[in-house]
Amino acid sequence: MEESIIQLRGVNKWYGEFHVLRGIDLDVAKGERIVICGPSGSGKSTLIRCINRLEEHQAGTIRVHGVELDNDLKHIDAVRRDVGMVFQQFNLFPHLTVLENCTLAPMWVKKVPKAEAERQALKYLERVRIPEQANKYPGQLSGGQQQRVAIARSLCMNPSIMLFDEPTSALDPEMVKEVLDVMVDLAQGGMTMLVVTHEMGFAKSVADRVIFMDRGEIVEQAPPEEFFGNPKSERTRTFLGQVLNH
Amino acid sequence: MTQENATTPVLPPPVLARGPIGWARANLFNGWFNTALTLFVLWILVRTVPGLFDWAVGSAVWSGDAAICRAEGAGACWSFVAEKWRFILFGTYPADQHWRPVAAMAAILATLLASADRRMWGRPLAVIWPVGLGLAALLMFGGVLGLDFVPTTLWGGLPLTLALSVVGLVFAFPLGVLLALGRTGDLPVVKALSVVYIEVIRGVPLISVLFMASVMFPLFLPQGATIDKLLRAQLGFILFAAAYLAEVVRGGLQAIPKGQYEAADALGLSYWQKTRLIVLPQALSLVIPPLVNTFIGFFKDTSLVIIIGLFDLLSTAKAALTDPAWRGFYKEAYLFVGLIYFAFCYAMSRYSQFLERDLSKGRRR
Repeated sequence: MEESIIQLRGVNKWYGEFHVLRGIDLDVAKGERIVICGPSGSGKSTLIRCINRLEEHQAGTIRVHGVELDNDLKHIDAVRRDVGMVFQQFNLFPHLTVLENCTLAPMWVKKVPKAEAERQALKYLERVRIPEQANKYPGQLSGGQQQRVAIARSLCMNPSIMLFDEPTSALDPEMVKEVLDVMVDLAQGGMTMLVVTHEMGFAKSVADRVIFMDRGEIVEQAPPEEFFGNPKSERTRTFLGQVLNH
Repeated sequence: MTQENATTPVLPPPVLARGPIGWARANLFNGWFNTALTLFVLWILVRTVPGLFDWAVGSAVWSGDAAICRAEGAGACWSFVAEKWRFILFGTYPADQHWRPVAAMAAILATLLASADRRMWGRPLAVIWPVGLGLAALLMFGGVLGLDFVPTTLWGGLPLTLALSVVGLVFAFPLGVLLALGRTGDLPVVKALSVVYIEVIRGVPLISVLFMASVMFPLFLPQGATIDKLLRAQLGFILFAAAYLAEVVRGGLQAIPKGQYEAADALGLSYWQKTRLIVLPQALSLVIPPLVNTFIGFFKDTSLVIIIGLFDLLSTAKAALTDPAWRGFYKEAYLFVGLIYFAFCYAMSRYSQFLERDLSKGRRR
């Protein structure tokens, strides 16, 4: 394996008394595509939200590109510039147009000139197949379109790592595919991706590794053929039985 | 299907269901209760409007002295207003210099009008406001460019009301935003200070804040130094209004979903970038109605400065009534200043409605 660009060692986190992450060790190589699945409340969203410090871990270390996430704001800023995130609820800025959503962070965080930021934004909007909506407001778009804008907005910061927190869970069924297509396209372009999802089809076709989490720990991780073909743990088998045969 | 092929003829609706008759039937006379209500209101209008019109216009006295107004059967004494309007509007400001408060108010109104245009929001406002207020202050104070110096003790009437409210709210608003951010933020000390400030100030009547500003500020000053009475009132007013505005803004801040903060954080925006670009634009546009409500309230509350001896618009009207020759024309005096207050408040209200519509264009949630 190449040198890992994300490295978690003994990561623990509590919500009050609730032990949500229990001794997580994880290495992610450059360009690796990882799908994280597990029952709700298993800590999978919390795990990826710790990687860009939307949540604070209380024990252990997290390093991204060798930068340790501690209380140093400079470290947090450095990591966030390089890690994009896509949310379940899109979280587009409703008072800004699609184009402004995409150019805001490059212009203010990276000080990219406006014309250049807009050129970049249109390039990525084209990549998510939605350039014609650039001057609309998010509220005028469908859920699938909004999520694709959210992906483009993250890409405009030229991240080397993308985190996806259940990106299709809030979508109507007919819109899931258009978002997954964009994600597949992104994966084929060599982006390092950590995806929390229940889309097992996506996991099978795109992931290099599937991680199963339950009750705050990583129960099993394996390449998709092995994970789906020959799961080792009883808990994994139960979970797969529930999500695959409904 | 085209009309020629339709088997049933296309007819206009019956005459009783359209036009003014249809509207009246549908809105004024639908059911016995609404019919009774409509007739009752009509009766009240018939009883009051002609009399009021006769008083205000028909038998009104438009010129001449008070004796004509006191004659039997005379209506509204508008000659009182004709006689006293300059005093009511400008107080004791030197009469030969009245063009200066007029020009100063024009500068303030021009500043407000320019700020009303959303294309100006941002850097232009940072130029417009200092220039506009500076020009107004220059005109009012004088002392340079061959203008006689006029101390604030001679100021009064509408310019005083405008200065207190416009300057007051312009400084109170950012202070209120900061207090609201402090109160909703994560820093415990800042939060505690904001809460204490807001609760203490809100728990005290404006009159006592003005008294305190008038009496207590000087105690903190070295012996012999004084601050202008108007400035003291202005400071008290700013501090008071800020606490109220803070709570209005806080309401807006709490309505912003957590996801907006997270998206801004994930993109690497700093706290102030996040606040200025993402949170405040959304929070403030949500609270336009209560915000303007507070603005209107404070515009009128400036009339309380009379208790520390400043003569705002309402006080000059009262003072005009103390002229022995014109005693007793309360209705005319209060109607006159009432109309002026109303014009400003109604303008604010209309602008807020326009702004709300304009800001919500294309932004369904």
